[in-house]
Amino acid sequence: MTALRENSGRKRDVMGLGLAALSRLAGSKTLERTGLRLPVQNLVSAATRNGFRAAGAVSRAFSSARKRGGAPTRPAPAADTGLFDLTPTEEQQMIVETVGEFAAEQLRPAAAGADEKLTPPDGLLTRAAELGLTQISVPEELGGAAAERSVVTNALVAEALAHGDLGLAVAVLAPSAVSNALVLWGDAQQQADYLPEFVGENVPAAALALLESTPLFDPFKPATKARRTPKGYQLDGVKSLVPRAAQAELFVVSADLEGRGPALFLVESSTAGVSVETEPAMGLRGAGTGKLHLEKVSLPAGALLGGGSPDVFTEAVRLSRLGWAALATGTAKAVLDYVIPYVNERTAFGEPISHRQAVAFSVADIGIELEGMRLVTLRAAARAEQGKPHAREVALARKLAADKGMRIGSAGVQLLGGHGFVKEHPVERWYRDLRAIGVLEGVVLL
Amino acid sequence: MINLETPKKARALINQAYQAATQVLRPISRKYDRAEHEYPVELDMFAAVLDGLNSSGEGGAGAAGVRRDDKEKQAGNRNGSNLATVLGTIEMCYGDVGMLLSMPRQGLGNAAIASVANDEQLKRFAKTWAAMAITEPGTGSDSANITTTATEDGDSYILNGEKIFVTSGDRADAVVVWATVDKSLGRAAIKSFVVEKGTPGFEVVRLEHKLGIRASDTAVLRFDNCRVPKENLLGSPEINTSKGFAGVMQTFDNTRPLVAAMAVGLARAALEETARILADAGVVVDYDRPAHHQHAAAAAYLELEADYEAAYLLTLESAWMADNRKPNSLQASMAKAKAGRSVVDITLKCVELVGTLGYTEEMLLEKWARDSKILDIFEGTQQIQQLIVARRLLGKTSAELK
Repeated sequence: MTALRENSGRKRDVMGLGLAALSRLAGSKTLERTGLRLPVQNLVSAATRNGFRAAGAVSRAFSSARKRGGAPTRPAPAADTGLFDLTPTEEQQMIVETVGEFAAEQLRPAAAGADEKLTPPDGLLTRAAELGLTQISVPEELGGAAAERSVVTNALVAEALAHGDLGLAVAVLAPSAVSNALVLWGDAQQQADYLPEFVGENVPAAALALLESTPLFDPFKPATKARRTPKGYQLDGVKSLVPRAAQAELFVVSADLEGRGPALFLVESSTAGVSVETEPAMGLRGAGTGKLHLEKVSLPAGALLGGGSPDVFTEAVRLSRLGWAALATGTAKAVLDYVIPYVNERTAFGEPISHRQAVAFSVADIGIELEGMRLVTLRAAARAEQGKPHAREVALARKLAADKGMRIGSAGVQLLGGHGFVKEHPVERWYRDLRAIGVLEGVVLL
Repeated sequence: MINLETPKKARALINQAYQAATQVLRPISRKYDRAEHEYPVELDMFAAVLDGLNSSGEGGAGAAGVRRDDKEKQAGNRNGSNLATVLGTIEMCYGDVGMLLSMPRQGLGNAAIASVANDEQLKRFAKTWAAMAITEPGTGSDSANITTTATEDGDSYILNGEKIFVTSGDRADAVVVWATVDKSLGRAAIKSFVVEKGTPGFEVVRLEHKLGIRASDTAVLRFDNCRVPKENLLGSPEINTSKGFAGVMQTFDNTRPLVAAMAVGLARAALEETARILADAGVVVDYDRPAHHQHAAAAAYLELEADYEAAYLLTLESAWMADNRKPNSLQASMAKAKAGRSVVDITLKCVELVGTLGYTEEMLLEKWARDSKILDIFEGTQQIQQLIVARRLLGKTSAELK
């Protein structure tokens, strides 16, 4: 590879050695004792946040009393009306209105605190669960509210939540990813074992864990391995950026099944060999992201989801990417809604900065790209909902969400200038959060 | 219920337009790119077929499909002629944009007539092929500042002035001319007039030689004491300063989705051709695998296709809103802005991806990369669309945000 700098590849010289020593000194306890350290340094707290590893949360007893055979319950695909239509159904409008209010009143005000504390505030997720979001996709026969597939509704919900805050939206939606996976691919036993808890009053924290810490990560080639054992499976590997990893009671984890490609497994958090580690990132901090360590985790035969089918796995990846696209539209809309009053009120050179084309065109671009990516996302969602092929549409939605979403996040900070760079305004958080769209796999699933 | 697929009832029309694009337009595409200013005679027969389609009552693919008839207003979701017109236009421009612009009786003037004419005029000009004359040597995007005058004189208006960049200005039967009836009253006094070919004082000065859409004639017109009957003034002759420019500008809400549709059709042509050539070269886009793990050409293609998809759906949205009587100025400009810039990016990148094969006249890719540029210019440049979108989003007047 061509060196980007002339001196790349050079060894550390005298100057570098000196700087390194100085840096070590600056970080040593000596300074603390002598009172020389400036109080602004935050390294200590960061160090305690990093690298803390503990056993997985104690999970409730999920298994149902009776054994279920027979066919699992699946939601039917939505009808194709044969008409182009951008108007949500009345039910969807009601849901979006309710969720939108929740996002404005509960998520937005809590966002900065959650970002700092790496966790949602007490009670927030309980209040979110009271909205019944996990029930939207669970068929009525399984205790939910769905008469048919509801991918569009799920997309609209994700969008509305992310308008409040992306990190908290992920924390709220994480259990739905697992319940949706169970609805779509769980067998009768798995559905009977787990789903009642997700439609009950005390929805468990749960997470869909596909991502791993490797450059150019490819979800179709997980490094996490699954091996068949006489009793079932053994899993080994590490998953990255798992939402609310420390609280999650149930994980759906991807692992390569004996070299034959990725498969999904249900892993309860109290299983031996499961441990979690905090893994704070640039953004999504309100979601309490963590690493999930799987060391010789022994699973029963019934832990394999969707029979290990490659089609099921591909579909999981697609529906998850669709979720990220929907989340991106919500946060990008938050950026637009925030910069409009700002550039109209902020004056420079004697008039609002919005009277300058350089500023106004940037706002116009946010509007144009946001509307485009939103429509592409909705098309993909509607196709998925109707059981039509949607690989292409999902890929394009994700591409736009990642690229334009990030550009919108960056423009948001830029339009506020120095004010955008400080935490007084939420745009710097949206900038950090929107970088996640191009990185994340799994976590949400519509 | 949210659904962004093409309406079922439009699929026959889409297929007809696609057949025409591939069987009629594509085969003569290069011929008339080389023979600039020569009329594509093949279009005459084809235009007759199109007329038949338009009168079939299914909501035609033609320019007149943009008319908003309030009588048709009804409850519920409508997929009407605006959407059908846009879908037809996409397919036709998948064949050839210059050809579509040369299509008899499908001029932008026809869209203007359909947008603002009264019922009597609509009937009278039904068989007229109308071009659109707005731009002047001194006024491009600033169409409120036009200097062509229309002076009332008895039963007529007398037109004086010069118009440039008039698409089909030579071939069309008539031209819809924007002129001011009273310069002192500003934009409110700008009216549109149908001036028929052969009217004394109406002269085609010359035809332009262009970068692209060479199958389409672009004329310079001069009006020298050109007398036009009063009943050829489209819409109301009243100068309503409160409503102002809105009357004539309303045309744009209907024509911008059409131009966006042209861009979408052309972009689709370039993308499909490029995908085919790349596949021959062993590069096939995989929608599931991360782009980082694919050939750089495939990754580049995905980016282009994503922009295409956004432009396509914005275009359908703006037409669908027109069908459902929702104000669509913002969405029409968004569609035009996105489609205009995307088609330029897409066609240019496709040439680069394909290499010499794309750059030489062996294929149509180089032609498409020349044709595309006008789509980010006419019916309002990229910059004008950005201004409109920005003003709408920010709640600014044209005096505040200039």
